Amino acid sequence: MIAFIIRRLLVAVPVLLILIVGTFILMYTAPGSPFATERGIPPAVLANLEAQYGLDQPFHVQIWRYIVGIVTEFDFGPSFIYRDQDVNDLIGQGFPVTLTYGFWSFLAAVLVGGTLGILAAVRHNTWLDYLAVGMSIGAQVLPNFVLAPILVLVFTLWLGWLPGGGWQGGQWQFVILPVIALSTSFMASIARISRASMLEVLTSNFIRTARAKGLPMRRVIFRHALKPALLPVISYLGPAFVGMITGSVVIDIYFSTGGIGQFFVASALNRDYGVMMGITVLLGALTIFFNLLVDILYAWIDPKIRY
Amino acid sequence: MIRHSLFATSALFSMALCGAAWAQATHPETGEPLAEDQTFQYRLQDQFPSLDPQLIEETAGGHVARQIFEGLLTQNADGTLRPGVAEEWTSEDNQTWVFTLRDDARWSNGDPVTAHDFVYAWQRAADPATASEYAWYVELSQIRNAAAVIAGEVGPEELDVRAIDDRTLEVTLGQPLPYFPQMTVHYTFMPTHQPTVEAHGANWTNPENIVSNGAYVLDQIAVNEFFHLVPNPEYWGADDAIITEITGYVINDANQALNRFHAGEFDMMDDLPAGSYPRLEEEMPDTAHSVPRLCSYYYAVNQSENGHEALQDPRVRQALSYAINRNVITDQILQAGQAPAYSFTHWATAGFELPEIEYATWTQEERMARALELMEEAGYGPDNPIEINLIYNTSENHRQIATVISQMWRPLGVTTVLNNYEWQSYLDIRGNQNFDVARGAWCGDYNEASTFLDLMTSSNANNDGKYFSEDVDRLMTESVSEADPQPTYTQVEQILAEDMAILPIYHYTQNFVLDPTIRNWPMQNVENNWYVRDIYRAAE
Repeated sequence: MIAFIIRRLLVAVPVLLILIVGTFILMYTAPGSPFATERGIPPAVLANLEAQYGLDQPFHVQIWRYIVGIVTEFDFGPSFIYRDQDVNDLIGQGFPVTLTYGFWSFLAAVLVGGTLGILAAVRHNTWLDYLAVGMSIGAQVLPNFVLAPILVLVFTLWLGWLPGGGWQGGQWQFVILPVIALSTSFMASIARISRASMLEVLTSNFIRTARAKGLPMRRVIFRHALKPALLPVISYLGPAFVGMITGSVVIDIYFSTGGIGQFFVASALNRDYGVMMGITVLLGALTIFFNLLVDILYAWIDPKIRY
Repeated sequence: MIRHSLFATSALFSMALCGAAWAQATHPETGEPLAEDQTFQYRLQDQFPSLDPQLIEETAGGHVARQIFEGLLTQNADGTLRPGVAEEWTSEDNQTWVFTLRDDARWSNGDPVTAHDFVYAWQRAADPATASEYAWYVELSQIRNAAAVIAGEVGPEELDVRAIDDRTLEVTLGQPLPYFPQMTVHYTFMPTHQPTVEAHGANWTNPENIVSNGAYVLDQIAVNEFFHLVPNPEYWGADDAIITEITGYVINDANQALNRFHAGEFDMMDDLPAGSYPRLEEEMPDTAHSVPRLCSYYYAVNQSENGHEALQDPRVRQALSYAINRNVITDQILQAGQAPAYSFTHWATAGFELPEIEYATWTQEERMARALELMEEAGYGPDNPIEINLIYNTSENHRQIATVISQMWRPLGVTTVLNNYEWQSYLDIRGNQNFDVARGAWCGDYNEASTFLDLMTSSNANNDGKYFSEDVDRLMTESVSEADPQPTYTQVEQILAEDMAILPIYHYTQNFVLDPTIRNWPMQNVENNWYVRDIYRAAE
């Protein structure tokens, strides 16, 4: 197992390197410049700007410096647009925010979605099942950029219960709406996946055996059915968590939470090379990390899997 | 523990007393009863990239700079000049300007604000090492040697701005410029505190480091979320400022922001959702405002070597301009009080008289008839159609306007291909003249007509259509030293209309919603410069 983890981590290094080089190339081939303004910049000033950010160097020098900066000092360089800050500052401010509401959304999606799916499967073809399926289909077709304005309309404008945005250091009032908006569609997916897999497990031989032994239903479900039924859900969790981080762009735009989601789009539009790279590396690393975590969980839950 | 609660009780008690005092407070000038809550909150669409006066390059940062820094001069509600750090300013020849600084101007750390601080800031703005994207503004102000400093030919200390003593600043220009004082209002010319900049480098504007000299100071900032300003007790006019807190919320989505405005979360927002103004004006006449804004919307026509052949003929450009029914654009698409434009300079520019432009006086039928004639004379028309590549940056309004105009051009035998690009690519494409017709807009950097008309000179980097007229170049050079340049400006506008250098479309308005309890908002300031120290909240 340890060898497996080490091997996976070692593979992650070239993957990240390829990601960095690929993004770097894409970034440089895109038209436009971070310093293009409507008014035009005097050539000497532009030359200084480019020198300040190392853009006057040949491509391979730039990319080499960038990678060396990350490896030796964990320095992701300056932001090309937010000139009073560097990339580490910006991500350091925004990422905890994204992680906080991402974590709560994840928890809500797993707990509510999982419970709903399992209940629906256990009470198959009853009103509870129909309700759960109906709700999850409804939630699935409602994208968060539609849900977010509706939530603000209802809870802020009409009811006046919750603030329509902001973060204020993560006070609970400010967390609720973003979490609802972000978690709903994931909740629905988890509910559907867990329902389907629970239904399948419940009709399998070993469950029939357990029930034939006369075990109470509760015990059958919690001791025998739950673990195998959760396997497909777990394989979905890794991408789901990363999906929540990337999906946070909508949350940040609609709820002004100040997370890093904002930068996904803005850094590309502004040609803020530094932030764009920093975000890409961060997301790449997260994706690798969560996939690894899921694989480990898998091995732990399913004795058939050996690495 | 007991001591602690005792302290808390007395603090509460004194706060209650203060509150009671406030409840009865009235405005010193208007006598209006003031609200107890004197906080001001507003929405900004995007996070400002910087608060360093010499690095700011966009409106949102400029608004904050006007609260936390103070330049030599500031503006009254109507946009006229008023003393800032300078009490007096004089010049005998409009070329050497002497500013006398007030002796009670202080930085937020208690240091006096001196002429040296301005020398430092201005040299810093021009110095290529600062890499300020607004360095061009220093050159525009005509300070002697500015161009050479910016080009890196001579050191920043050669910029001709000198501190005669702590309270006297002398600026020498390369040529007389009667509106130079107006230009000092701009954030690029606000002072910076040298020891702070040198001690903290790029991070000097962080709340824990910043030293500023305005009525407010930066207290807190969370990128892409909000910022918070509190009064600066060292400010010379601190006693006159009534608003006790300023909070700006960054809310990207305009509809979301409007909902939150309706929910009472803040007092002011501009950049309203496209098309929402007529409804807002009808539902909330005392909250929705439309005031002139010093920007003009136009289409640039590529007259460079790689431009469309037909568009090199002024008759074709005239025909295209005449065929545009501007009233349809202002009354049916924009619907927020914008004025149709037949000339470039915004009608509300200070001291500017809208020139007589012949085709402006015609009816649209007359214009259309003349357009058809002109096309025929030029050898084009439905029998010999032309295809034009019209580019604009991605935006709902720009798309609608471009679509409507392409329909208006159809009877002339003009087929228009619409292409939209996101902003950074757009600047690239337009700046390299890879278009036939390009959407453009220009906002005045100072309140004087030359801020618009200079754009049409051949040396101007923003003359994207590469229009060239010897007469316009000459007249604009002459206008600088004229006591009354208006006749020259009229002449220039007439030449532009004759050559149809650009196709003017409309003059902007600033549309915004403002909580009706907020008073003294500078509605007459066409540059949209507001100073929170002048406003207050009246009791409801």
